[in-house]
Amino acid sequence: MPSRTVSHGASGRLRGLFLVMVLVFLEGSVFTVAVASSDQHSPITAHSGSHKATDHGSHNNTGKAFPVLDLNYENVRVPFEISLWVLLASLMKLGFHLVPHLSNIVPESCLLIVVGLLVGGIIRGTGETVPPVLDSKLFFYILLPPIILDAGYFLPIRPFMENLGTILIFAVVGTLWNAFFVGGLLYGVCQIGTESSSILSRIGLLQCLLFGSIISAVDPVAVLAVFEEIHINELLHILVFGESLLNDAVTVVLYHLFEEFSGIGSVTLLKGFLGVISFFVVALGGVLVGVLYGILAAFTSRFTSHTRVIEPLFVFLYSYMAYLSAEIFHLSGIMALIACGAVMRPYVEANISHKSHTTIKYFLKMWSSVSETLIFIFLGVATVAGPHDWNWTFVTVTVILCLVARVIGVVGLTFIINKFRIVKLTTKDQFIIAYGGLRGAIAFSLGFLLNKEHFPEREIFLTAIITVIFFTVFVQGMTIKPLVELLAVKKKQEAKRSINEEIHTQFLDHLLTGIEDICGHYGHHHWKDKLNRFNKKYVKKCLIAGERSKEPQLIAFYHKMEMKQAIQLVESGGGIKMPSAVPSTVSMQNIQPRPSTKPAPERAIPQLSKNKEEEIRKILRTNLQRTRQRLRSYNRHTLVADPYEDGLSDLFLKKQKMFQIEKKLKEMNTYLTVPAPPPDSPTMCRARLASDPQAYSIKPASNKVPMIQVDLASPQSPDSVNLLDEFGQANQQEEEEQGLMMKPPSRPREAKKPSEEDEAKDQQRLMRCLSDPGPSADEDEDGAFLP
Amino acid sequence: MGALQSSPGRPEYSDLAEKTGFSFEQIGVLHKRFKQLSHNEETLRRDNFNEINDLALNPIRTQIIEAFFDRRNFHQNGEGKVQEIGFEEFVVVMSHFRPPSAHMTEEQRGKTRREKLRFLFNMHDTDNDGIITLEEYRHVVEELLSRSGTLEKETAKCIADAAMLEVASISVGHMEPDEFYEGITFEHFLKLLERFEIESKMTIRFLNMDTTTLCK
Repeated sequence: MPSRTVSHGASGRLRGLFLVMVLVFLEGSVFTVAVASSDQHSPITAHSGSHKATDHGSHNNTGKAFPVLDLNYENVRVPFEISLWVLLASLMKLGFHLVPHLSNIVPESCLLIVVGLLVGGIIRGTGETVPPVLDSKLFFYILLPPIILDAGYFLPIRPFMENLGTILIFAVVGTLWNAFFVGGLLYGVCQIGTESSSILSRIGLLQCLLFGSIISAVDPVAVLAVFEEIHINELLHILVFGESLLNDAVTVVLYHLFEEFSGIGSVTLLKGFLGVISFFVVALGGVLVGVLYGILAAFTSRFTSHTRVIEPLFVFLYSYMAYLSAEIFHLSGIMALIACGAVMRPYVEANISHKSHTTIKYFLKMWSSVSETLIFIFLGVATVAGPHDWNWTFVTVTVILCLVARVIGVVGLTFIINKFRIVKLTTKDQFIIAYGGLRGAIAFSLGFLLNKEHFPEREIFLTAIITVIFFTVFVQGMTIKPLVELLAVKKKQEAKRSINEEIHTQFLDHLLTGIEDICGHYGHHHWKDKLNRFNKKYVKKCLIAGERSKEPQLIAFYHKMEMKQAIQLVESGGGIKMPSAVPSTVSMQNIQPRPSTKPAPERAIPQLSKNKEEEIRKILRTNLQRTRQRLRSYNRHTLVADPYEDGLSDLFLKKQKMFQIEKKLKEMNTYLTVPAPPPDSPTMCRARLASDPQAYSIKPASNKVPMIQVDLASPQSPDSVNLLDEFGQANQQEEEEQGLMMKPPSRPREAKKPSEEDEAKDQQRLMRCLSDPGPSADEDEDGAFLP
Repeated sequence: MGALQSSPGRPEYSDLAEKTGFSFEQIGVLHKRFKQLSHNEETLRRDNFNEINDLALNPIRTQIIEAFFDRRNFHQNGEGKVQEIGFEEFVVVMSHFRPPSAHMTEEQRGKTRREKLRFLFNMHDTDNDGIITLEEYRHVVEELLSRSGTLEKETAKCIADAAMLEVASISVGHMEPDEFYEGITFEHFLKLLERFEIESKMTIRFLNMDTTTLCK
């Protein structure tokens, strides 16, 4: 979150001022919304005093022929209200982070629900009817998809796949267990525990089971909102979050099944069997639809190299279409969305430009953030709106049963799962998984969708659902952070991925595949390897444009890393030293093997010059390394007089300069060095900013990029490049004079050309990076919601 | 469970089981595989490994095979390479890939981690001098990239250089400009990969089922 860098004295006052402004705006907007959505069409002038929208003060035009200023609110009513709600949500979000310490104690979701309650209360307090904002259509088609797409696109594939078995068992078996346990026991309680005339005893078994299935699903929105703030380790996060995503299929099937059954009123075995089949159809069908759209999106992105501006649009559109298409057939839309995002991501990212990638990332984050805020506020408002039917027995039993079912389910399943896992789940892990099973707005919306005729007890259900949601979000959401601290659960490791780890991850993959082959055992490394090979051979060729289809993963990772380092370097103001993860003074020089240990290069030159050259080199290197810090003050007149002929002193000098340049270039090229890819490779195309109308032109030898300055002795520094020329010329002359071979003169030319090219390309790349603020430090593609 | 009936030399198995931690059934399965690979001879040679078809597509095939013939992996404090190995050595090498048992103390976990990292280290350190030099590391990266189609030697070199730089930064921190970082010692290697959780990553599930009949 951006922190305000205002001086201390002013910041307090500014904050206060801002908060006051927010509150005033809140008041005004609430009134506007309340009045605007009321069904009465009372003359607007009656409310002119309290309206911001009617601040015109021109209502005295009675009977005039032409109204100079007119008021027509009806035209803009709907978009106006929507914008007002979104604005309210965003201002709230801002406001919370201005109040010190508040966001540490109370999770944002709780605060937002409270705001929603307040808004609902205010609206009701003014006597208007509260608008039914959490409409199911709005929720499922507008508010939910961005959050799920954000989760799916940035899903960390590796940990997800590694734990897929566990996640599936929790999602499917766990949800089923919860649904039947809660539904069944609730029915039992309703029948037995209450008098036969009370309303509860009229609730049938199917209705109870339906209620159970609605209330038992862990909600991804709530989980995301709470878990994002507690930063637990990756394994637990992916387990709970994965479960919340994948249980959608189960929920959809159970919901439709029981709704169908209660409508008809009878259950047959055949129908039950069909229910099981429909589960597979729903789940796998959803995934299939998602994969299909994902491949389409990847394929489309292959051709977008000339229209970079609309690249992000394709990603969003195809994903949304996948969601809607799945919903048409009553398949699991959430799973379709996840599958689409996860499948298209590696290919799309290889094809689109750097800027489009950033755009996608920021848009997704923005939309999902706004959606989440709105959902919680609406939850609060809908709570106030009612209609409610509070029944003590029902509600308390529901809450207790939910908790109990969750705990038993998690413990029981972990016992079975641990037999098959390599990394076992400890008791602490189980506790967090059980405690993190939060319910949220999906349950409410599903309840809201219930048909009043088939379910006369709809209000009781809604009240109970809201109570459970409030309980889980408030009580569990607020206490999970201190509990995590108390139990000393392993937290997320903050350090970023190093190149060594990447190398060893790949190495291990191949090693384990090899060992499996030797063992004769077709384990999952073997199949993963086969899938990778299939991917590389066929799929990548189709879906990725140009050169990038052949780029191995290690090299892609390295490119990414060096890009980040370049951005970091430029943002930190430049300097000769590369910023590295660990501040140290180690440089490339320290790891290059000593020249004396290298065998002298075999060359066919006259004996005399070879010896001389070696000695010159030795002396130069020892001198250089000792005087590295003092290079700036180097002056040809202070050079140690060498025992050789005077004619060689020039050669001496120039060779030293050349070595200096080479060394500097080598250091500089540590990270910016992957030898410039061929001019038309996608890397360079992307660097050319096809999408940007103002193409960045390469400014030769610009002083804005400090690190490329090769700072030599002052009298000669502007001539650094010319020196090499001179050297070349000098050597050529000397050649003719002394019969030296071609080898020495060719070296400076080689050194010169790559340096210029590299300089130019480095500048180009840096310009491209400079134009874009770039991803924030804690948002790595590999773990976007695990910063 | 066909492995149980004919297990020649049960006492031999119990010896191995103690040494390596495998169960009797697992050793039986491995023995079957050993016999299959060696065509019922007593020892395995490099050619036997080369016959495995699936292994041919693996970029680091040579290094994996060499690891089986490396005396340092036999836990007998030997050094150098051998030309052929018996069943015992086969099982000892395989035992590096056993999953950690359910209840392990921190100390045991650390010990397992060291063993596995030692195995990896030996794979990289081909000249047995106890240090992974820049050349050896470059070789590792080149081999990794060798099957990806385009062998870009320059890039492999740069990646290895960057990796080496990182190791040096992490392990040594401060170095004078004219000091020379010899190479990655085992201690540095441990430090480098301490976050890696290698004891759970470097494992194979040794099922008790006899799957040798299913695949070559």
